Amino acid sequence: MAEFSTASDLYHAAEKVHEAGFRRWDVHTPYPVHGMDHAMGLGKSWLSAAVLVGGTTGFLFALFLQFFTQVSLYPTVVQGKPTNLFTMPAFFPVTFELTILFSGFTILFGLLAVIALPRWNHPLFNSKLFEKATDDGFLMVIEARDPKFKKEKTHDFLQEIGAGKIEEVAH
Amino acid sequence: MAGTSTADKKVHPSEAEGVAREPLVLNDRPMSWITDRICGIVENRQPFIWWVLFVPAAMLFGLLMGTLVYLVSTGVGVWGNNQPVAWGWAIVNFVFWIGIGHAGTLISAILFLTRQKWRTSVNRAAEAMTLIAVMCAGIYPGFHVGRFWMVWFLAPVPNANAIWQNFKSPLLWDVFAVSTYFLISVIFWYIGLIPDLATLRDRATKKIPKFLYGFFALGWRSGNRQWRHYEMAYLLLAALSTPLVLSVHSVVSFDFATSVVPGWHTTIFPPYFVAGAIFGGFAMVLTLMLPVRKLYGLEDLFTHKHIDNMSKIILLTGTIVGYAYIMELFISFYGANKFETDAFHLRILSGPYTWAYYCMFFCNVIAPQIFWFQWARHNLWVVFIVANFVNFGMWFERFVIIPTTLARDFLPGQWGYYSPSITEKLMFAGTFGMFFMLFLLFIRFLPVIAMSEVKGVLPQSDPHFPDWKKLREKRRQAES
Repeated sequence: MAEFSTASDLYHAAEKVHEAGFRRWDVHTPYPVHGMDHAMGLGKSWLSAAVLVGGTTGFLFALFLQFFTQVSLYPTVVQGKPTNLFTMPAFFPVTFELTILFSGFTILFGLLAVIALPRWNHPLFNSKLFEKATDDGFLMVIEARDPKFKKEKTHDFLQEIGAGKIEEVAH
Repeated sequence: MAGTSTADKKVHPSEAEGVAREPLVLNDRPMSWITDRICGIVENRQPFIWWVLFVPAAMLFGLLMGTLVYLVSTGVGVWGNNQPVAWGWAIVNFVFWIGIGHAGTLISAILFLTRQKWRTSVNRAAEAMTLIAVMCAGIYPGFHVGRFWMVWFLAPVPNANAIWQNFKSPLLWDVFAVSTYFLISVIFWYIGLIPDLATLRDRATKKIPKFLYGFFALGWRSGNRQWRHYEMAYLLLAALSTPLVLSVHSVVSFDFATSVVPGWHTTIFPPYFVAGAIFGGFAMVLTLMLPVRKLYGLEDLFTHKHIDNMSKIILLTGTIVGYAYIMELFISFYGANKFETDAFHLRILSGPYTWAYYCMFFCNVIAPQIFWFQWARHNLWVVFIVANFVNFGMWFERFVIIPTTLARDFLPGQWGYYSPSITEKLMFAGTFGMFFMLFLLFIRFLPVIAMSEVKGVLPQSDPHFPDWKKLREKRRQAES
């Protein structure tokens, strides 16, 4: 694990680590650094695709719930309003709300699934330096299980790309 | 994000010639200062004034509980509403609190999509206020159903006779809209909190806070491989909440607009209600945040620029509301429907509640016009007083719309007069107690400003601007 002094330094270091071909590494920053996905060679998050599926499910479920209960199962005529397929406009608000509701829950659970949380224990939490990641530190972590990782060489490489403090974290 | 320009900048936007912007955080505070200041509120002992506010609020909350027990054990007859005014203070207060609950999601969602970076200092507290206000609002329709233990009839499950809810009723739409709004706001608020809970976890020294913050932070490690999905989740939630926040008060207005009661049956209601909700919500955010800012020394984070922007939003939405008031009058005249004309004639000239109409009109339309002047937007006392005028006026707006319309409908033989009973008054006072009590607990236990978001808008946090140290030196020299 290496500490950098500014966001800009970390950004350029990340570009170099990406170029060097490391795979199991990450940068830890107190806020999402703009453009870091680009520097690390990461693409667009595919969470949006999952949410499209979730939202569509909500939309169809709401239509089913309303048409099935109001038109097919037990048609109740209230205030002389008809109960058939043309009741659609009256069903719109609930359909809209349920689409949003299902999408929202997909976002929450989808997010937790893709970032593999909750995970309350992690080797990085043993490091005192790592606590700076949520305060004002710009940290870079290269995992020992990365195929390109070699203890001394990686240490020198990190120093070369401008790292300040370098620390080894037990795992 | 892919496709964005990643070239280094020579000049920071806050210094750009001709279009220089005021910095969002004053005095070039470093990130650790932000962490210390915000976490300090939670970690240190609360100032004496916190207790001075908390104890009466908690007592009022107790009063609310007592009133509700009395209400349920006696029956809703202890309220003052009856025919013809079947919707009294209970519905007035429901719409009032729901309206207040609109500013939070507006700040989080709409201002996020429009890239208004100043939102970062206000969004956390505003979202908390939203959740608390929606909780206060939810109490009223819950007990207004009459037999509280039958409130499950609102949920989409068939009753004992296998009859389902009437999905064509705006009241059921309201159930879906408000509960969806509450749940989505909770998700939005919680996802925003995760990085800050992790900060509190990493700073905590005592065992129990460390465990609890750690538990709710879910093991957040703030790695970019987490941030990139997190940012997408936040963007998606903002995109979904934007139509949601506009829909909620529209659906609330459908409760009135889809009826045939003269004075309610108008198409202007949805936009008029939404503008009013944003208006009232921002006023309540200012009412809460001005004292918080002073009390906890957050002047560098919640600056005059924020107050200025929010005052302008109050001015804009207040003027939209004023336009709606006048347009309602014009349409009742131009529509040439006798009942509509009479309803508005009674509302503004000869009815029993004209005093409420003028009270509303002054507080909501006239008072905020002072914000055309910069000195007024920069004088905190003026801002605070006008915000309270708006809080007051928005309550009167709902009072004007609901009981005064019902008191005078089609047949003069049905006319009546409504005044609230003591139970309704105590209940309203009680929800204020609940509101302030929960907000004070929020300040006590959770970070009142979204630290991770504020850090992201500092000049030194821009990775494409390596010269920020020079900029800081320049600013320091300019000051001395």
